[in-house]
This record gives sequence, structure tokens and C-alpha cells, in this order.
Amino acid sequence: MITLRDVTKSYGEVTAVDRVSFEVPSGEVCVLIGPSGCGKTTTLRMINRLIEPTSGTIEIDGRDIMDSRPEELRRHIGYVIQSVGLFPHLTVAENVATVPKLLGWERRRYEPKALELLEIVGLPPAEYAEKYPRQLSGGQAQRVGVARALAADPPLLLMDEPFGAVDPLTRERLQAEFARIQRELRKTVIFVTHDVDEAIKLADRIALMRAGRLEQYDTPETLLDHPASKFVHDFMGSDRALKRLGRACVADVMRTDVESTTDGTRAIPREACTDSRFVYLTDESGVLEGWVDCRVLDAGTPPEDAGTPVDWREAAVHPETTLKDALSRMLGFGFRNVAVVDAQGRLVGEVSLAAIEATMADADTHIANLEEGEVLGALPDEEARS
Amino acid sequence: MMLAPRMRPVIAAVAGVVVFAWIVGQQDLWVRALSALFPGSVRPVYPAATVAELTLQHLRLVGISSGLTLLVGIPLGIWVTRPSGADFREIVSASVDFGQTFPPVAVLALMMPILGFGLWPAVVALFLYGMFPVVSNTVAGLEAVPGTLIDAARGMGMGRGRILLAVELPLAARVIMAGVRTSVVINIGTATVAAAVGAGGLGDPIIGGINVQNMAYVLQGATAAALLAIVADGLLAGAERLLTPRGLEA
Ligand SMILES: Nc1ncnc2c1ncn2[C@@H]1O[C@H](COP(=O)(O)OP(=O)(O)OP(=O)(O)O)[C@@H](O)[C@H]1O
Ligand SMILES: [Mg+2]
Repeated sequence: MITLRDVTKSYGEVTAVDRVSFEVPSGEVCVLIGPSGCGKTTTLRMINRLIEPTSGTIEIDGRDIMDSRPEELRRHIGYVIQSVGLFPHLTVAENVATVPKLLGWERRRYEPKALELLEIVGLPPAEYAEKYPRQLSGGQAQRVGVARALAADPPLLLMDEPFGAVDPLTRERLQAEFARIQRELRKTVIFVTHDVDEAIKLADRIALMRAGRLEQYDTPETLLDHPASKFVHDFMGSDRALKRLGRACVADVMRTDVESTTDGTRAIPREACTDSRFVYLTDESGVLEGWVDCRVLDAGTPPEDAGTPVDWREAAVHPETTLKDALSRMLGFGFRNVAVVDAQGRLVGEVSLAAIEATMADADTHIANLEEGEVLGALPDEEARS
Repeated sequence: MMLAPRMRPVIAAVAGVVVFAWIVGQQDLWVRALSALFPGSVRPVYPAATVAELTLQHLRLVGISSGLTLLVGIPLGIWVTRPSGADFREIVSASVDFGQTFPPVAVLALMMPILGFGLWPAVVALFLYGMFPVVSNTVAGLEAVPGTLIDAARGMGMGRGRILLAVELPLAARVIMAGVRTSVVINIGTATVAAAVGAGGLGDPIIGGINVQNMAYVLQGATAAALLAIVADGLLAGAERLLTPRGLEA
């Protein structure tokens, strides 16, 4: 658990952080968000004493951080900076092993640990361990940055716009992987971003800052449903129903009774097209290889020409993909349905635009109820959150 | 297999050293070559010492002065890039700059009343003259290390000393070595003027040759000094290559 109490940082006249207090329970992800220059980085860097607060106290598990030597403190806090900052003269594995080495681990302990972490962040060690940072893409470098921060198994992780410098698709993938890793490792994370969608997707709690002050600290749902000020409301975005799609995932609304065949297009029976627009083509182990659009069949195209081969890595979503990302994929492909596959590419279902719309309609009703409740001032907080 | 391209210049440089040592050791070869080039000359070869002896004297002179330059110049360059030395940065830059613009012959003249004749005034003059490339490249190399890397290192719990040794110096090594190379190669040439104060070396036949109007002596000293400079350059280029971390190779 991390506790900030009235933490202030002034640079002469400028107050970068102004009496900020909040508490992050162990194992939760707190996202610090706000406009540029509002004090996010400063707040984050005070926690590992890269910046000394002007006043106020910061405690980690009840211990004042001022009681530890800064170097010692930092070795037990994972830190990911926006620019990644991999050491170009060290291999990927050596980069990951930096903190364990500082802590005096022996080689036979830090080496397997580094390889294990590369595996966790999705970089097969056989291929990547001996590479140098200049041989990596932006997204791969970000992964190594995360692996490096996790190497000594710190209970606390500070991440400053860790996925800032990559393209949207890679970003979405990194976010999904971060969410997966976090579900497993349960670190206490403070994550800086200025992307509202990223915050909604990843946060257990959001700390929204403005000009050095903490505007609101709450769950994403509460920020969306009960913004404490017009600033919060505007910052979170006006279409709250749309934003909430970032909290729901494909697994919640997908249908699993999809038609699929391993025999190629020839064997598709007409009946397969009765209540589904697509029939999916898979290999023996169920890995998605393509689909047949039944409308094309109806239009008289012979079945053997009707199949569209696809690469599941690009054309499908995963059960843990957010509905928001699934929606943007549909728009991207120009289909109202998108296949859902597991991590190995095996078909598990399909999600439709209609299902997403239904979720939004629910959210609209929910928000309408809330607004009514707000007017009456009668809606208890608990109910609003559910 | 991975080592081969890195080792190639090193192997070439070592071969160069061997060939050079052999040439320098063959006094006969020098006699024959210079006799052929200056057929009219009674004495085409400097008589006071063999080429090998002169080269060893020269190496001693260069070794001591360049050794001192590195010993002082690199730490000085490091110090002025630390917070504690930052205030002296301008003064140090200006001084080493001045040290190089000031002609070494003039330094020799100024040192003579204090240090007299012989090796030491020459060492002082060459030591000062060689400082500029070493200090300025050390500063430039350290300064080119991206701030984000230092920040990342600090954020992971490295102390200042550790950051210098494990991050800054490895990343600056190539630039620092380039300065060392320039300094040493210039020193080998400049050290020939040290003969003027009786420090010996390959300057002896050059200055002696000018005095007695024997161009064969001048050619002898100049050729040996030039060969030495080429060999030293190759050797230091090999070292530069070896000290460049793999991850930084293009
Ligand atoms: N060393 C410093 N000296 C003076 N002012 C500073 C210093 N560091 C930060 N500031 C000021 O403090 C404020 C907060 O900066 P900070 O870097 O924490 O913002 P941020 O929220 O991380 O912004 P961004 O989203 O652009 O990264 C800014 O107005 C900045 O100008
Ligand atoms: Mg910032």
C-alpha cells in the first residue's frame, strides 16, 4: 500500500504538485492522469525519491520513504520511463538483469529470472535475450522496459507513460498484455498516462490531476458516473456510454455457438448460414484460418471461391479485448462481426456490433437513471457503482 | 565467429607493430636505403645513435608525456562533467584550449630556465600540448550520453559511481579513445622538437641534420617518426574498436 499525505513540490514560484493525498491499496493499479504539466511525473518521481517533496509524507506499507537510502528504496521499486531508457551497450538479457545485479544476486539466480521475464512479456528468450536494444522495434523495447522493471520482483511498480511511444495497435496489445501480467502478478502499480481510454481500461482507480491538484480519486466507473466537477466530466469525455465500453470485454458479450468447419469451403452446408452470417474456417486444432460470408454464397458464388483466408493475429480479437477496441476493429475491417480467438489463435466465438450496441444501450439506461438520481439526490453510491 | 570483424583491425595493428620493429632494428637497411637515395653523401646515416636507439628514446618521451596526459586529462574531463566540477568546466576548457594553441617550442623555451635541459622540460611541454583532445573528447563523450539513460539508471537504484562506470564510461569509450588516439599521434610528431632541449629521440637526426645541412639525417628521423605515428594510430584504432561496446556497433 502506498500513502501520499499532503505531498507538495514547489520549484520557486511554481507549485508542480500541490497538497496531493491519496492511497493505493496493495495489488491495485492506480492511473495518474491529467493534462500536460499537471504534475503526474513529479508525483510519480517523488515516490522513488528521484524528486524530494517540499513537504508532505509518502509511505510504502506504512514506512516513510525518507527512512530508506534512495538507492536502496529504488532497487525495490520497479520503474518504467516513457523513453524506455534501455542501455544500448547491454544485451536485452543484461538490461533485464540490471537491478538483480545491483542487489547482488548471483548469476545462476538472475539469469533464469531474466529469461523467464522475457517469456512473460512475450519475447521468446531464445530469440531476444542476446539481442541489443538497437535491434528491437519500439514495442519490443517497451516490453523489455517492463521486464526490466519486474526483474527483482518488486511489490511496487511506477510506470510513466510506458506505452506512449508506439502505434495504436501495438499499444492496444501491450495494454492487454499488461492487464494479463497484472492479473497474475498483482503488483501495486502507479501508472501515468494522458490517454483517458488507457486509464479506463487499466485502472482500478484513477487519480485525475489538474494544475498540481488532485481533482478526483475514484474508480473509473465513479469518475464516469459521478464526475466531481465539470473539469472531470469534460476530461473523461462526454459520451460516457462509449467510454464505458473500455471497461467491458469481449468475453462478456460474445456468442460461442458459431459455425465453423475444418473441411474447407466445399463442405459448408447451406443450413449453416441460417442464423449466422459467417462460417469460420479452422485447421484441425481449431486455429482460425478464414471465413465464408454467407451473403456471398447466397449471391451464387460457388463455395470453393467464397472463402476469405485471414491471419488470426490481425483479423480477430481476444476474449479480454475491450469492447471499445473490438468496435474499432469492426470499423477498421468494415464488418459487423469479428471472430474471437484465444492466445493460440483457436476460434472461441464471435462478437457482433449488435451485442456491443446492446451494452451501450444498457449503459445509456444506467446513465439516464443516474442523472435522474442525481437530480433527486436520492441514488445511493453503492447502487450507482454496480 | 562474432569476434572476427572486431579483431581484424587489432590483428592488422599488431602485424604493423611487428613489421615496424623489424624495420627499425635493421640498421643495415637504413644505411643501404639512405645511401641509395643520397649517393653523393659521405655520411647518409645519423652516426650518434642507431634508429632503434632513437626510436626507444622517442617512445620513452611519448610514453611518459602521453601517459601523464591520459592520467590527468581523462579524470579532469570526468570531473568537470560532475556536479562538483561543473563550475570549473569553462576554466578547464579554456586552459586546455590555450595549451594547444601555445606552440610547444615556446613552452620548451619557457621551461628551460625552470627545468633545464633534458627529458623533463620536453615531457611538460608535450603533456600540456596533448591535453586538449583528451579532455575535450572525454567531456564530449560523457555529455553525449542521453539524460534518459542516466535517469533510468538512477531510477533503478544505481549510485553515481556505478552510473559512471557501468553506463557513462562504456557509452563514451569510443569518443574518449578517439581523443586519446589524436593526442598520441600528434604527440609522436611534436616530440621531435624535444630534441632542441636535448631530450633525444627521433628529433635528434632531424635537428642535427638541419644544423649540419645533411638532408639524409632529416629524412631518416622524419621517416621513422612518421612510421611510428602510423603504427601507433593503427594500434589505437584497434583499441578504439575493441572498447566500443558491441551494442553500439553499426
Ligand atoms: N525541475 C523543474 N523546475 C521547474 N519547474 C518544473 C521542474 N520540473 C517540473 N516543473 C514544472 O512542474 C509542472 C509539472 O511537471 P510534470 O513533469 O510533473 O508534468 P506532467 O503532468 O508529467 O506533464 P506531461 O504530461 O507533459 O509529462 C510543470 O508545470 C513543469 O513545468
Ligand atoms: Mg510527465
